[in-house]
Amino acid sequence: MADISDLKRKIGLGDDGLAGLGHSVFTAPIADLVKWARRRSLMPATFGLACCAIEMMATGTAHYDMARYGMETFRASPRQADLMIVAGRVSQKMAPVLRQIYDQMMEPKWVISMGVCASSGGMFNNYAIVQGVDQVVPVDMYAPGCPPGPETLLHAILALHEKIRTGELSERRATTGGGAGFVLDAAQATDAQPEPVIIRTGGR
Amino acid sequence: MSTVDDHRLAALGRQDAVLRISEAEAEAPAVVDPDDERMIINMGPQHPSTHGVLRITMELQGEVVTRSKPVIGYLHTGMEKTAEDLTFLQGPTNVTRMDYASPLFTELAFSLAVEELLEVEIPDRATWIRMLMCELNRMSSHLLFLATNGMDLGAVGMMIYGWREREEVLRFFEKVTGLRMNHNYIRPGGVAADLPDGWQQDLEQILAILPSRLEEFDVLMTGQPIWRDRTQGIGVLTTDEAIALGATGPLLRSTGYAWDLRRAMPYLAYDEVDFDIVVGTYGDTFDRYAIRLNEIRESMRIVEQCIDMMPAGPYRAEDRKVTPPPRARIDESMEALIHHFKIFTEGYKVPAGEVYCPVESPRGELACYMVSDGGSKPHRMHIRAPSFVNLQTLPYLVQGGLLADAIAVISSIDPIMGEVDR
Amino acid sequence: MSDPQDAAETGEDHTGPELLHGVPMSSSRGQVVLHPGADAYLGLMADLLSDGYTMCVDLCGVDYLGAVDRRLPAGVTAERYEVVVNLLDLEGRRRIRVRVQVAATDPALPTITPMYPGAEAMEREAMDMFGIVFEGHPDPTRILLPEDWEGHPLRKDYAMGRIPVQFKAVEGR
Repeated sequence: MADISDLKRKIGLGDDGLAGLGHSVFTAPIADLVKWARRRSLMPATFGLACCAIEMMATGTAHYDMARYGMETFRASPRQADLMIVAGRVSQKMAPVLRQIYDQMMEPKWVISMGVCASSGGMFNNYAIVQGVDQVVPVDMYAPGCPPGPETLLHAILALHEKIRTGELSERRATTGGGAGFVLDAAQATDAQPEPVIIRTGGR
Repeated sequence: MSTVDDHRLAALGRQDAVLRISEAEAEAPAVVDPDDERMIINMGPQHPSTHGVLRITMELQGEVVTRSKPVIGYLHTGMEKTAEDLTFLQGPTNVTRMDYASPLFTELAFSLAVEELLEVEIPDRATWIRMLMCELNRMSSHLLFLATNGMDLGAVGMMIYGWREREEVLRFFEKVTGLRMNHNYIRPGGVAADLPDGWQQDLEQILAILPSRLEEFDVLMTGQPIWRDRTQGIGVLTTDEAIALGATGPLLRSTGYAWDLRRAMPYLAYDEVDFDIVVGTYGDTFDRYAIRLNEIRESMRIVEQCIDMMPAGPYRAEDRKVTPPPRARIDESMEALIHHFKIFTEGYKVPAGEVYCPVESPRGELACYMVSDGGSKPHRMHIRAPSFVNLQTLPYLVQGGLLADAIAVISSIDPIMGEVDR
Repeated sequence: MSDPQDAAETGEDHTGPELLHGVPMSSSRGQVVLHPGADAYLGLMADLLSDGYTMCVDLCGVDYLGAVDRRLPAGVTAERYEVVVNLLDLEGRRRIRVRVQVAATDPALPTITPMYPGAEAMEREAMDMFGIVFEGHPDPTRILLPEDWEGHPLRKDYAMGRIPVQFKAVEGR
């Protein structure tokens, strides 16, 4: 085994696994290829819970068409899926099921929290609804709306693709349960108008 | 004093279809008999064919379903508790998210209940706009059913077709109400906004393309041998069973009993328009599919008549204590500003009393039972959800059938879990 | 004293001493309402079933904690809980409502599932949300909440359960 890890370090893989591919000039194109393949064929797991599920289905059908991004195959089995779009409100009874499905998914996996109910509990601030699905699973992208129209969901998906492309989200999380960890400037959260973050999609 | 009847379903020859065991028992059966081929499996709550988060525990003998039980509650949102904390004006935003495939109906039931307690008169135009929007919502809900029903049974192309048609209707909804779903458009007092200019042309466009598309569905499904084999004779329900279990809507009509609240106990302006009630013969899955397909055609007839007969006038009651004043008036009149402020902060007070207001939603009888204590928030707001009651027929429909047919049956009941769990 | 049936047609609210099926009745916004006691409840439901009210469309509970002013006919003692049953006669196209008062301590009522099997899920919901026990119910388990949940949310002394809304400043990166 020592020989192999020696070899790995020589070609630049090191102990970082796939994330270390980018370190070496020989393997960086491979890293780009891997990222391209991952983002161009995300397979969502069917996790439509409530009204947002209807809009998610609308995004998948002809008018808005997720198939152009390689995503029309919704996999029923979490073992075959790598993106979980939590579409809808998560009740207290459903939360353990959500975690179980998330745990069954294989790395790399991403989570989009679709809709305000999944992102923060939405309009239902009460005993029955988990106030934000990030209490249960780590979330990579939040899509607001009640329900978010298909365009909003597509924007969230494309933003996720962008994050995968730049490599921000391809690293394995240090500990399970770590979120994507986007920093919100304290000043932005109070008085100052936040700068709009324009995510330019349509990369390579 | 009369004696209590024997169990009504046992008297009809239907018994032992519901698997009434606890979770612990379902996971680890007490006695494991190696010769007993019975097995208890769990379907859901995450499964593509269960129309939302519905979990079904089934007892199988080989491939045949002997007993089953729908386990619900995975989408329980505490909406009835939330409603006690929202004013009557905010109420429709809450109830609209119960039946998210046909949200306008729940808004309508809620608004009718509040208006009955308020004893306020709604102008004719508001009534006709409500009827128009509700019939369009019935069409979009049935198109959703056709799409998901087709996909569940393997006609994946149906998913694309059904949504293509639905997008047309949703585009109209977005033009009128501002939202594609969960509109909060039908409010106590009338509707939130008047129909925009050019609405007749928009609707005539929709009505022009739909009939040929519905015929495409007929070709794709109705006449097709595979479809017929998979749905005819599957999940049969009789009228007596349906009435005993409280099933209404297409479920009851498929058994051959012509019960539709729009005809039997008309509300809004349904007694002024001409339409037929679609009734089945055998009570099977095919009948329920065909009923919903033809109900789209009947709804189109009603929409046509609404286009012709839409009265002019205000789109909401002129009572300033109940409906907010127009935004322009707020700049001019102090009184209007005060009314606006009071309605949107404190809310208007509704006289004490209790009412039960039923409407015919695409799934059956949808009603709002409301108790007011004279304050600005409901004391109790209960929605009688048709899917909640219709789902009780599930064990009886799948009993004796194959596991694969269970998917077809669940799909034909067309439950929306948002209103089942509330 | 005007006939409650007439009052039901005109839509006036009326609570009088008249009896229907031996039970006090009133009318509420045009609907005939019967107010049986807990012991007369089952017999009344059997009578109504044989009278043609073949479908139980709705059964729900109401919690009147807080001395809410509600008009009840003479001879009916107000209790904390009420179970409201709405029945439908399809052939005769009429509806009737039954309101039973249920005591606050050990709230219980007999089940009507043998007569109206459709009430099974509705009674389970009332048991879950209010804690009203329906004696003889074939499956007295929680239906909407997890089986190990404690408390009955729709009771007036059960809090909404809201969390204070705050802006979450996300750390890291």
